[in-house]
Amino acid sequence: MLGALLDWLLSFQVYLPIAEISVSVMLLLGLGGGVGFLSGLFGVGGGFLMTPLLIFIGVPPPVAVATQANQTVATSVSGVLAHWSRDNVDFKMGTVLLSGGVFGSLVGVTIFSILRRYGQIDLVINLAYVVLLGSIGLMMLTESTRALRRARRIPGRAVPPRKLHQHVWVHGLPLKMRFKKSRLYISAIMPIGIGFVVGILSALLGVGGAFLIVPAMIYLVGMPTAIVVGTSLFQIIFVAAVTTILQSMENRTVDVLLAFVLTIGSVIGAQFGGRLGAKLPGEQLRFLLALLILLVAVGLCYELVATPDDLYVLQGLTR
Amino acid sequence: MSGRLVACAVGFLAFALAWAAPAAARGIVADVDDHLVEITTDFAGQDILVFGAIDGPGDVVLVMRGPAGRVAVHRKARFAGVWVNADSIEFDGVPSLYGVASSRPLFQILTPDVLDRYQLGVGRVQFQEVAAEVPGVGPFRTALVQQKKKQGLYADRVGRVTFIGDTLFRANLHLPSNVPTGTFLIDVYLVRDGRIVDAQNMPLVISKVGFGADIYKYANARSIAQRFVYGVAAVLVALLTGWLAHLAFRKR
Repeated sequence: MLGALLDWLLSFQVYLPIAEISVSVMLLLGLGGGVGFLSGLFGVGGGFLMTPLLIFIGVPPPVAVATQANQTVATSVSGVLAHWSRDNVDFKMGTVLLSGGVFGSLVGVTIFSILRRYGQIDLVINLAYVVLLGSIGLMMLTESTRALRRARRIPGRAVPPRKLHQHVWVHGLPLKMRFKKSRLYISAIMPIGIGFVVGILSALLGVGGAFLIVPAMIYLVGMPTAIVVGTSLFQIIFVAAVTTILQSMENRTVDVLLAFVLTIGSVIGAQFGGRLGAKLPGEQLRFLLALLILLVAVGLCYELVATPDDLYVLQGLTR
Repeated sequence: MSGRLVACAVGFLAFALAWAAPAAARGIVADVDDHLVEITTDFAGQDILVFGAIDGPGDVVLVMRGPAGRVAVHRKARFAGVWVNADSIEFDGVPSLYGVASSRPLFQILTPDVLDRYQLGVGRVQFQEVAAEVPGVGPFRTALVQQKKKQGLYADRVGRVTFIGDTLFRANLHLPSNVPTGTFLIDVYLVRDGRIVDAQNMPLVISKVGFGADIYKYANARSIAQRFVYGVAAVLVALLTGWLAHLAFRKR
């Protein structure tokens, strides 16, 4: 009975015009919902999980990456509006970040199309994800195990306060600017540089890059933690938007239908995830997310290392 | 498509052939029941009907070819434990789809010479490498054909030509669900005593239709300005969805 119902739901297929595959609508909504749920639960963007999952279900890696950039625009907008209403966005810092980000995206899309011409883009995307997910997963795993152990030994003890804003060589660089909201007077070179790297990642991997911006802005630049997330989301909208447009023009790999269906699933999932996340113990959840990320990394790694069924691959070329 | 209509058309063709034969000396006349195949969002492959008449005993061979294009064949090799695309060779003039149907097996009705000359049979499809001198091109050629066969795009028997009496024939040619789009060409040959005595060809247009087709069209537009518009539209859709999501879920 339940199986029949599931079969019936899964029977709604949609032909994705750019990915050029036929997929169950329910599968896509479920995928969007699941990743959205996790991103609401853990407060992460989710792009770094969605892209590998799309590749697993048969979406060509270049389409998965470019479409993810498009979806990131939607999820970041709903995120930044929430932060804006709490006045947690430093627009000036965001603008400096995105000036680097737009340039990075331009460079990234160019690298993307060169790699594609040489037939190496799938490999680079897969390798980059193995490295990215592997390192994020391992870091989270060690961090959460430590936190779990600490919580067991001394219940209720707070983490010792850390000095937030230390002046290091980074702040002495030229091109100094005053950021009122972040209460900083620092060189603009560092945020531009961080934005640049994130722009490249956005083009090559489709991720928003919050996992990079947030720690970098806190530890390297010394920005107040409360403002970092909203500011990061603000700049991601623009970088992801520019990436989407550039990918459309250069590589023709943005599947607007796929992005739309995923967004619907993810915004709904994120609401439930966010509400549940407020109630559940953080350390155990982070531990589980770390395991999930490592699992995806191992899956991608296996595809790279295992002997392929066919040694030859065809690639249609457009003139 | 109604069977009676087709039968009627076949009958008409036979009559036309009998009447016109002395003047035009056409040995074979054929047509497709529908020159346009539409790929909609629920397309799952389709059979197309080719029918016609010949002016006496003989065999009929049908060849269906998709538009020719450029294809790169990559060979994977292990590099530091990881499988990477190592060597690659580009070919031009590769038909996107190739299918043959005949009234009897090809080797029974034509000599290898003739099969070669008319490129009849998956193993005899010709295409050229783009770079002039490539050593070891053989395995790449074989792999291209093998992969196309595996994808269901190259096949030696896409249908059977059956006769109704001595002069009328019909054949159902199968188009797979992953059929490429574009203008196809179907060649019809009349074979007698190991020779091709007459031939005719007809076009078949395969195109995507509907909402998905429009998306594809804009995303793959030739002009970069149109692709820019597509990208901007994709961003606007995302902005709107994100904003609506914020409105729907705020203050809860």
